[in-house]
Amino acid sequence: MEARRQELLNQGYQEVYTKTKVLTDAVMHYCPGCGHGTTHRLIAEVIDEMGIQDNVVGVSPVGCSVLAYNYFDVDFQEAAHGRAPAVATAVKRLNPDTFVFTYQGDGDLAAIGTAETIHAANRGENITMIFVNNGIYGMTGGQMAPTTLVGMKSATTPYGRRVDLNGFPLRMTELLSTLPGTYYVTRQSVQNPAAVRKAKAAIRKAFENQKLKKGLSFVEILSNCNSGWKMTPVAANKWMEDNMMPNYPIGDIKVDGKICEGITAERLVLDHPLTVMQ
Amino acid sequence: MAKELKLMKGNEAIARAMIASGTDGYFGYPITPQSEVMETLMAEKPWETTGMTVLQAESEVASINMVYGGAATGKKVATSSSSPGISLMQEGLTYLAGAEIPCLIVNVMRGGPGLGTIQPSQSDYFQSTKGGGHGDYQLYTLAPASVQEMYDFVFDAWDIAFKYRNPVLILSDGAIGQCMEKLYTRDYVPRWTEEERRANAPWGTWGKPATRDHNIITSLELDSARQEVFNLKLQKKYAEMKEKEVRFEALNCDDAEYIIVAYGSSSRIAMKAMQMAREKGIKVGLFRLITLFPFPTKQLAEIAKKVKGILCVEMSAGQMIEDVRLATSCGVKTEHFGRFGGIIPTPGEVLEALENKIIK
Amino acid sequence: MTEEIIIAGFGGQGVLSMGKILAYSGVMQDKEVSWMPSYGPEMRGGTANVSVIISDERISSPIINQFDTAIILNQQSLDKFEHSVKPGGLLIYDPNGITHEPTRKDINIYKIAATAKAQELGISKVFNMVVLGGFLKLKPIVDKQYIHEGLEHSLPQRHWNLIPQNEEAIEIGKTLIEPVQTI
Repeated sequence: MEARRQELLNQGYQEVYTKTKVLTDAVMHYCPGCGHGTTHRLIAEVIDEMGIQDNVVGVSPVGCSVLAYNYFDVDFQEAAHGRAPAVATAVKRLNPDTFVFTYQGDGDLAAIGTAETIHAANRGENITMIFVNNGIYGMTGGQMAPTTLVGMKSATTPYGRRVDLNGFPLRMTELLSTLPGTYYVTRQSVQNPAAVRKAKAAIRKAFENQKLKKGLSFVEILSNCNSGWKMTPVAANKWMEDNMMPNYPIGDIKVDGKICEGITAERLVLDHPLTVMQ
Repeated sequence: MAKELKLMKGNEAIARAMIASGTDGYFGYPITPQSEVMETLMAEKPWETTGMTVLQAESEVASINMVYGGAATGKKVATSSSSPGISLMQEGLTYLAGAEIPCLIVNVMRGGPGLGTIQPSQSDYFQSTKGGGHGDYQLYTLAPASVQEMYDFVFDAWDIAFKYRNPVLILSDGAIGQCMEKLYTRDYVPRWTEEERRANAPWGTWGKPATRDHNIITSLELDSARQEVFNLKLQKKYAEMKEKEVRFEALNCDDAEYIIVAYGSSSRIAMKAMQMAREKGIKVGLFRLITLFPFPTKQLAEIAKKVKGILCVEMSAGQMIEDVRLATSCGVKTEHFGRFGGIIPTPGEVLEALENKIIK
Repeated sequence: MTEEIIIAGFGGQGVLSMGKILAYSGVMQDKEVSWMPSYGPEMRGGTANVSVIISDERISSPIINQFDTAIILNQQSLDKFEHSVKPGGLLIYDPNGITHEPTRKDINIYKIAATAKAQELGISKVFNMVVLGGFLKLKPIVDKQYIHEGLEHSLPQRHWNLIPQNEEAIEIGKTLIEPVQTI
């Protein structure tokens, strides 16, 4: 890879964009257009910029990002399905000066691992949790997630999610913001450069917060799942903006341990989730 | 802290041994009859003395995954529970075995199935030695029969766990857990320093220095050929344990015409039954299993050649007896005697079973 | 020497702690000991019992069903354990609340009116030590100095000021115990 780079530079090409050194050379298995790749890169850039590559442990989930440990050039543990917050709790408790982050999807964090998520947050564990929400189970083939929108089609809701049958979309970020153990709670997205810049700032803050030892930092990243949604990446991003974002509004909910200005009870409790038609 | 003579419950001995053996962390969830383990740890506040971390988790599922996370950083991490809680931990146990993470799990058994009873039982033998969770794996399984062994085996567990990079299970029961006996405590083993941790667990995830590749702790391998190689590696490790780490105690087996095979609290009852039999002039020996995996197959087979019959005593419907019959190739009359549901057999009942099922 | 003892009564009568003090005294005298309680739902307000073994040799089973001595503090326990005393063994009971006296003819039976005496002297908290004193009078299996050490190890340090009162209660028990039937 380095030889090819030199060759191109010698031919007069100018280097404008490089792979961050905290990512390995492994070729990612993610679908083109998916938010995981971008999110990985943002985390890796933050680790690089903070100079903590030698003092960080990541915990990967079960789901699309199960192999995250192959992509980050940092020490990594692969947790059982949903258990990353419990795993990370112990890593941090036993290594309090090490930066610890979890990386989970919606099935892992908000369905099978709900208990571990809530209790890690409630204990105020000094960790960073990254939550990629694409409203569907990607790896197992597009089944309903707890975050699937009402009316949204999936392999197990072929006629659309029904509240009477499947309950409501679960908004973990709003829920966790109400716990005193969380210090920073935000929802971001990575579908365009402006969003990416904001998401990176949020991830940086979530990592920096670990130095303060004041509680858990939680960053939800809204992502498309173009394969699962059966759309092109561009269409999937548009669909995400039109349908996911009204249900999962972007922005900070809690900063420095305080609920942000303008976050009203009505904002936190969305009692009539919007219905989408696919 | 220096050696002391104490009177102590088995559960308390486990907790004190964890502190004294340089354990870095304990994660648990209360369940009868082993709650004294965490209660003792919380009362002792080892975080103020040895620096050991103690945390009450939200469930056994969380506990065992905390063990996974902590132990995967190359530290000595333990949990304890009782049968229903251990069932909940099976997922974590197979991941721990699959990721080759050294750690300590203590099961103070109670009767089942289901919620069962809070009274002592030994009906988790299959779960402990025949897998429990999915996949081909083994836990090195120690069965203490006294409060002193509850204490000592915690120290032994750390040696085995790190030598083989394998989880170690101490399989006890409510009787030994609740019983108080005389105990000689040991000199404290200090917790590992940062340098010792790195030397003893070079595979651990504590932050990747520039001098090495990133360490990955995982039990996932999507390439079947590589997974098979890994499975074979595990089997080789278990074979080495069978070769080198078998433990048992043979009492009065040299001249015995009959032997009783038992472990844990049943072996104590069987020892009394053996004494009663000898007083009656019946030559009975006791073969006590200390490791359930690896099972002392060769050693038992050797003794079995010389006897007329074997009585297996276990507080179960007869689980250990399967391994006894395998060890002896069913070459000698072998029967099971046990009680269920938290009923502990009396020495008299054991002797009666020996006379009726084996000698008659 | 091996002495196998059952102590049984109501929860709250100090049955388990009496057993623990006796066992700890045995430890201090370098004997082998075991202390095996009944536990679980029985612990919560109902009957409580504990088997204590003190021996010069390695103890085989801490779980036993035949006893050299039964120390009985209520009617239910008398009904449950009278038949478990070995022939020629010893049964000690407190007559308080006993409506059916023991009937065995092949064992030694003693009574100790510890409840009444402790109330009379206003030392109900150390009632169990009065009973222990009665037992030690008949079976001095641990020496006085080790009882002192046993008390020190069994009681939290903040209660060590109560040790003299406990020892006094043991002495009272020694004078209080009286034979009902000796064989």
